[in-house]
Amino acid sequence: MTTRIDTRFAELKKAGRSAFVTFVMAGDPDPATSLEIIKALPKAGADVIELGMPFTDPMADGPSIQAAGLRALKAGMTLKKTLELVRGFRKDDDATPIVLMGYYNPIYIYGVDKFLVDAKTAGVDGLIIVDLPPEEDDELCLPAMKAGLNFIRLATPTTDDKRLPAVLANTSGFVYYVAITGITGAAAADATAVSEAVTRIKRHTKLPVCVGFGIRTPENARAIASHANGAVVGTALVDALKNSLDAEGRATGKTVSAVAELTASLAQGVRGAQQAAE
Amino acid sequence: MNIAKPNSYRSGPDERGHFGIFGGRFVAETLMPLILDLEKAYTAAKADPAFQAEMNGYLKNYVGRPSPLYFAERLTEHLGGAKIYLKREELNHTGSHKVNNVLGQIMLARRMGKKRIIAETGAGQHGVATATLCARFGLECVVYMGAVDVERQQPNVIRMEMLGAKVFPVQSGTRTLKDAMNEALRDWVTNVHNTFYCIGTVAGPHPYPTLVRDFQSVIGNETKAQMQEVEGRLPDSLVACIGGGSNAMGLFHPFLDDPSVEIFGVEAAGHGLTQLHAASIAGGRPGVLHGNRTYLLMDADGQIQDAHSISAGLDYPGIGPEHSWLHEIGRVNYLSATDDEALAAFQLLSKLEGIIPALEPAHAIAKVMELAPKRPRDHLMVVNLSGRGDKDVPQVGDILKGKSK
Repeated sequence: MTTRIDTRFAELKKAGRSAFVTFVMAGDPDPATSLEIIKALPKAGADVIELGMPFTDPMADGPSIQAAGLRALKAGMTLKKTLELVRGFRKDDDATPIVLMGYYNPIYIYGVDKFLVDAKTAGVDGLIIVDLPPEEDDELCLPAMKAGLNFIRLATPTTDDKRLPAVLANTSGFVYYVAITGITGAAAADATAVSEAVTRIKRHTKLPVCVGFGIRTPENARAIASHANGAVVGTALVDALKNSLDAEGRATGKTVSAVAELTASLAQGVRGAQQAAE
Repeated sequence: MNIAKPNSYRSGPDERGHFGIFGGRFVAETLMPLILDLEKAYTAAKADPAFQAEMNGYLKNYVGRPSPLYFAERLTEHLGGAKIYLKREELNHTGSHKVNNVLGQIMLARRMGKKRIIAETGAGQHGVATATLCARFGLECVVYMGAVDVERQQPNVIRMEMLGAKVFPVQSGTRTLKDAMNEALRDWVTNVHNTFYCIGTVAGPHPYPTLVRDFQSVIGNETKAQMQEVEGRLPDSLVACIGGGSNAMGLFHPFLDDPSVEIFGVEAAGHGLTQLHAASIAGGRPGVLHGNRTYLLMDADGQIQDAHSISAGLDYPGIGPEHSWLHEIGRVNYLSATDDEALAAFQLLSKLEGIIPALEPAHAIAKVMELAPKRPRDHLMVVNLSGRGDKDVPQVGDILKGKSK
C-alpha cells in the first residue's frame, strides 16, 4: 500500500529537500474560510497538511490551538464536517497528503470502522492521535493500517531507546518527533538536541522523521529542517490566522492571505535547508 | 447489555488497566514512560512491608485514623427506617477522605525521587490535602483549580496558600474541575522530568484508578471491622456520593464480594437530569477523556459537555472507570440527587446530628432520606460522610438568604 504521504516523501527525497508540514485547525474560524485556507497552503509551499480535528479538551495543546478548536466548534464544526472539508480540498488537489490530527473521543463516538471508511473515501492519508500510545494500538492504529491509512506516531524526548521500537512498531508514513516535553506553542526547539534525537530515531527506522513543536520562524524552520526530513509549524500559523480576525472573531478579507503569506516565508526557510543525510 | 458475571468483583483491573471495556492508558507519548514507571514503583511499594508500615503510622498519628463509625440516632429516628451509621471521614486531618489517597501518592512520589507535586482540585479538598502533605514533607506544590471553583470555594484557596502551595486559577474551557485536570496534564507533559501528578480521584490513566482505590480502601476495611465490632455482622447497605468516585470506591471495594450488601452510588443531578447536571452514568455514555474510557457527558460529536452541580467536588462530566464497570455489570446501583435535595439534606444533618456535611456527601444523605424509610429497623445502612461543610458555609449561607428573601 502506498499513500500520498509515501509518494510525497519519495518525491522530496529525489528533489533532495525536506518537507514543510503545516498544521491548521479544521473549521477555524469557520468552515468556508477554512477550506480556502487549506486550498491556499500547497500553493504557498506546504508539502503536507495536518488538519486539526477540534476537541473541547485538547490536553496536549497550548492556548493558541485550544482557542482555534473552540472557534471552530463555535462555528459548528464536527468530525463529519472535517471530513467534508477534506472532500472539498480533494476536488482540486489529489497529491498533497492530508493528515488528521487530534484526540480519540470524537472518532470513538463517530465509530472507528465507519470513520476509517469515511476518512479514506474523503481523501485522508494519515492520522495522528495524541492520546493513543502504542499500549492502545488495538483501538485505532491497527484498524487504520488495515483500512489503508497511515498511523503516524509521536516520539518525544521521554521516548528512550528501550521504548522506541514499541513506538515505531506500527508507525507508517512518517515519524513525528515532538521536539520538547510540553504542549504546542510553548518553548522553542533546540536544533542541536533535535539533531541528536533524529539521529537516534533513524537508527531504529527507515521512515522519514519530521519535527514539530516550538518552530515559529523561517530561521527555526531552516535549522530544524536541515536535521530532519521535515519541519512542522502549527501555532505560528494559527496565531497569524487569529490576528487577522475582527473583534468578534470572524474572518476578514486578510485571513486567508495572512496564513498563506506566513506559509510562503516558512516554506522558503525549509527550502533553504540542506536535506538531512540518510 | 449482557455481561457475564465475574467470579470476583475485586480482581480488576487486567494488566493493561481495563475494568471490562473501561479504564486504559489514553495519554500522550510524553507521559507514557512515566506512567509505566509509576506502575512499577507502585507494584514494588505494595510488596514492601516497610511502605505499608510507614503509611499506617502516618494514617494513625497524622491523619487521625481510624475514623469513627457513628450511629446517627436522631437521623435514624427522624427517617423511621434503617439504622443509619455515618463513616466519619470528615474528621480526618484536612477535613475529608482525600488525605488517605494523597498520603499514599506522596509517599510514592518520595520513593520515585520526585520533588515537585501537581494536583487538580474541584472543591479544594484534594488541593488542601495535597498542599498539607507537601508542607509536611517539604515538597513544592502546585494546584490547578477552575476559576469558577476558586470563586465559590474561597476558604480552601486561602488554606492552600497558607500551606505554601501555589494555586493557579484555570481560565480555559468551563473553568471547573475538568479544565483544572486538562491544565494539570499540560503542566505534567511540560515538567515530566521532576514532577509527580497527584490525581485526586479514581480516574485518569492506569494505574491511577487502582492505586487511588487501594489507598482509599482503608475506609471500607475499617467500616467492615467496626460494624463487626458494634453489630456483629456486615452492613446491609452502603451509600456514598460520586464525582470521580474515590470516597465511594474506598467504601465499596472491600464489600463488592459480599452479595448481601446492597451498594448505592449517588451522582449529582444538578438542576435535574433533563437540565444541567453532573450525572455521567445517568446521563452520559462511554467515551475517552483524561486517560481513561468511562461514562462521560458529551454531545453527538463526542465533544465534552459542561457539567453542573452546586457542589464543586462533583462538578465533573466523567466518573472513575471502575464505577462504569460496576454499573454495567450491575453490582452497584447508581442514583442521583439534585442541588435542592442536597441542600435540604445539608440542613437536615446539621440540625439533627450537629454535623455540617460538605455539599458532596449531602448528596448521599439526600438519597438516604429516600432509601432509609423504606427499609426495616434492623437494616444497617452506612453512609460515607466524606467531608465536612466548613468550606460550603459561605456559599450555602448566601443561597439560603437568597431563598428566604
